[in-house]
Amino acid sequence: MRSVTRAVFFGTFVLFSASVGLAEEVSREQIKGLDEQVQDIKADVLAISSELMQLEEKLLYPSNTQVSLFVSFAPGEDFRLDAVDVVIDGEVVSHHLYTHKELEALKNGGVQRLYTGNVRAGEHTLELTLIEKAGSSRKVSHTFTKEAGPRLVEIVLSAPGLGSNRVQFKDR
Amino acid sequence: MMRRYLALLAVCAGAGAWAASEPAKTNTRDLFLGEAFFYAQQGEYFDAISRLDVELSQFYRLDEPNLDPFHIQLGHAEFSVGDFELYYRMHKRAGRAMKAVIEGNVSPEIRNEAAYRLARIYYEKSQPEDALLAIERISGKVPERIRDDERFLRAQIYMVNGRFADAVDILEDMRDMRGFRGFAGYNLGMALFLQGKEKAGIAQLDRAGQVKGDDEPTQAIRDKANLVLGYRLLEAEKPEQAKQYLDRVRMVGPFSDKALLGSGWADVALGRFDRALVPWSILVKRNPTDKAVQESMLGVPYSYAQLELHGRAALMYGEALEAFGKELSRVNASIESVRNGNFLAALVREEVKQDKNWAIKLRELEDTPETWYLTQLMASNDFQSSLRNYQDLEDLRKRLKAWEEYLNAYEQIIELRRRYYEPLLPDLDKRFRALDSRIRLRLEQRQSLADRLHHMLVSPRPDFLATADERIALAEIAGQEELYRNDSSASGEEARRRIDRLKGVIHWNIHTSYDQRLTDTYKNLKALDSEVARLQNIYDGYIRTRQAATQSYQGYDAQLTRTRVRIREASTQVATLMARQGRMIEMMAINEFEQRRKRIEQYQVKARFAMAESYDRALKSQQGAGEPQQ
Repeated sequence: MRSVTRAVFFGTFVLFSASVGLAEEVSREQIKGLDEQVQDIKADVLAISSELMQLEEKLLYPSNTQVSLFVSFAPGEDFRLDAVDVVIDGEVVSHHLYTHKELEALKNGGVQRLYTGNVRAGEHTLELTLIEKAGSSRKVSHTFTKEAGPRLVEIVLSAPGLGSNRVQFKDR
Repeated sequence: MMRRYLALLAVCAGAGAWAASEPAKTNTRDLFLGEAFFYAQQGEYFDAISRLDVELSQFYRLDEPNLDPFHIQLGHAEFSVGDFELYYRMHKRAGRAMKAVIEGNVSPEIRNEAAYRLARIYYEKSQPEDALLAIERISGKVPERIRDDERFLRAQIYMVNGRFADAVDILEDMRDMRGFRGFAGYNLGMALFLQGKEKAGIAQLDRAGQVKGDDEPTQAIRDKANLVLGYRLLEAEKPEQAKQYLDRVRMVGPFSDKALLGSGWADVALGRFDRALVPWSILVKRNPTDKAVQESMLGVPYSYAQLELHGRAALMYGEALEAFGKELSRVNASIESVRNGNFLAALVREEVKQDKNWAIKLRELEDTPETWYLTQLMASNDFQSSLRNYQDLEDLRKRLKAWEEYLNAYEQIIELRRRYYEPLLPDLDKRFRALDSRIRLRLEQRQSLADRLHHMLVSPRPDFLATADERIALAEIAGQEELYRNDSSASGEEARRRIDRLKGVIHWNIHTSYDQRLTDTYKNLKALDSEVARLQNIYDGYIRTRQAATQSYQGYDAQLTRTRVRIREASTQVATLMARQGRMIEMMAINEFEQRRKRIEQYQVKARFAMAESYDRALKSQQGAGEPQQ
């Protein structure tokens, strides 16, 4: 009886283990070969993407009018930012709602390009409305000068506190 | 045997990947590098690589790249590209990037981190010798945040290269380390088995199977250690020992079904058929698509038969046959569904990809019976990488399609600009040319004044600084002088005397106020210079705007045409590869289903024979019970 039991046991056990393996019809070489081709096409498409990004910048945001706003969190800051409204020279140019992933990325040192657009040379007013946890909001403003080259404005955010210096603007 | 252990190790290799499953945090303040990290942190590696590629290519095109602040971050950026490529499963390029960093002029910490990543690439690509060479290039300080991961990876690499003793040395140090406790302990047990230290291996897996911790990864590895040890002891025909480990596995979790099955078989092996019914009766009520559950459907009636309860056994074999029949229909429907392309369509459904637990969500989709078996299919690394490739190709397909539309939009913008600017520009240019010649003239005049003033510093010329009134007066005096030149009368004499006095007054004024006049003239020239600068500014602004107007619609045709061709070529290639990758996935899925079908058919045959036998025996025992005692 014991030997019969074992036969049944090992019969099923071997079957159980064998089914974990890869099906024979698809060889490892085929998988590897196709994987390498996928890697190659990824490289090609990335090259096209880079070319398109440069073309887009040249065509839509030439350097003599380009302004870009970048948002980052001050090192070590962790606070809940729900949304941000951007107004340049009295005109709403961007409204962004933050996802959990985006906030995590900002917390970990990522820098978000919030807006890229075009302005004339000269002085401009930038106003930000930061909508934070529980619907509270704060408004901050900044004046920047647009010259011949692209104007990059970095906005470094800190958790709400005393004064508007919790938001720093750096013109680059 | 060795192959099987390595396969088990591969399951545990997830520990390293789990521990370093996200790109490194960055403290960089370079905006563009930070932007790439912003995408990478969200798992958007294509966008991260693409942005960093643009930044690097622009940097390398600079005439003096060392003057650009980005050069300080260059090593970090090069490393990050390789890192992102690794996460985007571009191992070939990632390997090249990491090699370049290792051989480049970077700090030892970056070099060591690059070597670590390179070693991981080779390890994951099943290139153990290359992985060993890469990990052994690490020397000096290893960044703290990867220090433990590096040691764990090193141990894994040693194991796949057969250097079990070296692996054991590392893993012994790590087995109580926070975050690695279960994983290091499990691998240590495996390394000891492979070293031939059976007793120590069992002791270590026993220890790994009792590791403390409530988090899911720890609980899972604890279950895994107990399950592996239990089945190993079953194979070694030590069912009594095996059972205690199999019973340690949680009743929920990915290893529960297999543990219950093994526990039942351990009892059967010991001849305790009534005890075997305990785990199997739990198992038999679970999801009938699970292989362990199907096996228990035969195991339960088998035990009843061994307990001489043939009637009950026959009934349960009948139930098993019914369940197998349903399962077979389901498998057949799944094969059909896969062949109709439903499986591939389900894999790329947007709502599924949004979810972190998409594989589980996939199982919940309606009208896709094949997705029920995904968990089993996903167990294979090859299937997973094929699946990810397919999803990446789908992403590329969507991007390429969108880009074609972008190009159409760009062409429309260019055409609109052309229509707007072309009629305006000739007249503007004509007016500008006229203004340009006047501006040039005034600038030349200003330059001539500046030159004269400069000369007057060396050789003073007060007459140059006479005012307009003084010049007129001097001209009038000269006229009067000419008039009275030959007048010898007394009035003529008086007139010449007065003329000389007037000339003297003017001469006096000019010479005595020369310094002040020279200073005033310089000040005036300075004031003129600021006006000239303003004029130059407006002039330059116009030139730039004029140039920008032309550049906004000229010179794009060739680039747009070239890019469009490249997009179309890439789209064709993506479509071809998607078809091939899709076929491969379908083939893997169908093969899996075929194996299931064969197994269920075998179960059906066994169940039919066993049912018939049980009915016979039940009948015989009924008859035996009915016959009068002699």
